[in-house]
Amino acid sequence: MKWSNYKYLILRRIVQLTLLFLYFGGNVYGWKVLTGDLSSSSLFTTIPLSDPFAILQMFAAGAAVGLNALVGGVIITLFYGVIGGRAFCSWVCPVNMITDLANWLRRVFYLDKIERKVWASRNIRYYAIVLALIVSFISSMAAFEIISPITIFNRGVIFGFGAGIGLLISIFLFDLFVLKNGWCGHICPLGGVHSIIGKFNLVRVEHDSENCTLCMKCKDVCPETQVLNMIGKRSEFVTMAECTNCGRCVDVCDDDALEFAIRNVIKDTKGE
Amino acid sequence: MSKEDKKPKISSRRKFFTLMAQNVGLGVMGGLLWTGYAAKAKSSPLTLRPPAAIDEEDFLRTCIKCGLCSEACLNRPSNIDKESGRARPSTLKMAKAEDDVTIGTPFFIPTEVPCYMCEDIPCVPVCPSGALDPQLVTNDKQELDPTMMDMGLAVVDQNSCIAFWGIQCDACYRACPLLDVAIKLEYDRNERTGKHAFLKPVVVMNACTGCGLCEKACVTEKPAIFVLPREIALGKPGSHYVKGWDTKDQQRVQERVGKDVTTHTKRSEKKPQDYLNMDLEY
Repeated sequence: MKWSNYKYLILRRIVQLTLLFLYFGGNVYGWKVLTGDLSSSSLFTTIPLSDPFAILQMFAAGAAVGLNALVGGVIITLFYGVIGGRAFCSWVCPVNMITDLANWLRRVFYLDKIERKVWASRNIRYYAIVLALIVSFISSMAAFEIISPITIFNRGVIFGFGAGIGLLISIFLFDLFVLKNGWCGHICPLGGVHSIIGKFNLVRVEHDSENCTLCMKCKDVCPETQVLNMIGKRSEFVTMAECTNCGRCVDVCDDDALEFAIRNVIKDTKGE
Repeated sequence: MSKEDKKPKISSRRKFFTLMAQNVGLGVMGGLLWTGYAAKAKSSPLTLRPPAAIDEEDFLRTCIKCGLCSEACLNRPSNIDKESGRARPSTLKMAKAEDDVTIGTPFFIPTEVPCYMCEDIPCVPVCPSGALDPQLVTNDKQELDPTMMDMGLAVVDQNSCIAFWGIQCDACYRACPLLDVAIKLEYDRNERTGKHAFLKPVVVMNACTGCGLCEKACVTEKPAIFVLPREIALGKPGSHYVKGWDTKDQQRVQERVGKDVTTHTKRSEKKPQDYLNMDLEY
């Protein structure tokens, strides 16, 4: 067990748990660092932060969204759009801990090797975004927000879990037994929104195929394997929108073939 | 595409349309299930919302489910227990999956924790999405005014209220934060004993904010005074009833513009003498 093989994993868990703890303390102890929840929060009671997807759904439902929520949505969109990419999914979202656990158990018990064939497109999430907006429009309320396991988990930590915990267990079982990376890698429309927002961000994993020994450990751990299509072939950045910047590939690589770097967005995306 | 082929030939066009139909079918199925759940997930009409909540339909559209109102309610200075230094339970709860309220939206149950009508109304200005509108509780002097809150209306069940039996109880009257304004005591002679008085609590419709302190204070096993959303508690006479003795209401008749409301039928065209005798044969 080398520290460098777990660096980003541990950092991510620290960030995820710290955020949850700050939210929890914001309610239970009245801390003023981070109040609210992942739908909308307030940093030091002054800077608003909001979930852009929730705001989109509210628009679709016909709401006159308040200024603070809008500004918060813009701040979050800019942060992930410029710096974080899809980092929300792996560094912030609490459901990531559930699906990572399911994924880890899959590897430990070789569930992948004896999996039933279940076909599902990784683009379902993008259709789910459209569907969420349509249902929001029809039902006059933010449709994903009433079923979102992300906010159910998040609010559960802050205000106490209720029957919603059943949904979280369902997602765990789904990812463990039905479909590998089922929720985060196929269905979750919030992940889709963050993929779109983070398409042209700066911080990305860079692959150096000179150093690559084709051990394929990175592809084993990657929750969005398709983004690592250049491994051992081309030295380039991971450019696909679905990369969550989780850094597990960087962690497990023993050959210095993968590292975070700042990419030249204009040059990298010109060819597409 | 000859008909002689034994195996059905799957052309790329057929494949495209079939896959498309599958996707659309799945999407429609998901959408219908989702819409059905959303229709069921709307709150019970008996839900009591935080002060300054906009109309329920707009509230469900606009609430972003962040819980800032609930946290402000919990952590307000007046809620800190002086002995233990800890916050007491907050009035506003965030709905869980099992509650009869849309998940993640704030509500309160007066018998658990009523609204204490804080002077500064800490729950309202923190709302980022506009689901709680400070304008609704701002008075002419541009101050937040708790007497303008409108969460519901207290209703008295006169059959189970022991004050209406003649037993002396003014628990709700004394618990009311708008003492002698929102609940008044009506004095009445008790004919049964001939020498006692009824002290009947009467809710003043326009003053009551629906805070629920009366419901919490009520001494009967199940409260005889309870808060209902105004939509549920109030009837509606309709605009065609006019208080003739009220000059302001009478004004409505003068100002009324619109279409002719006289009913025209075949008979009404004729004079009464004519149409009353119209069908008679001599």
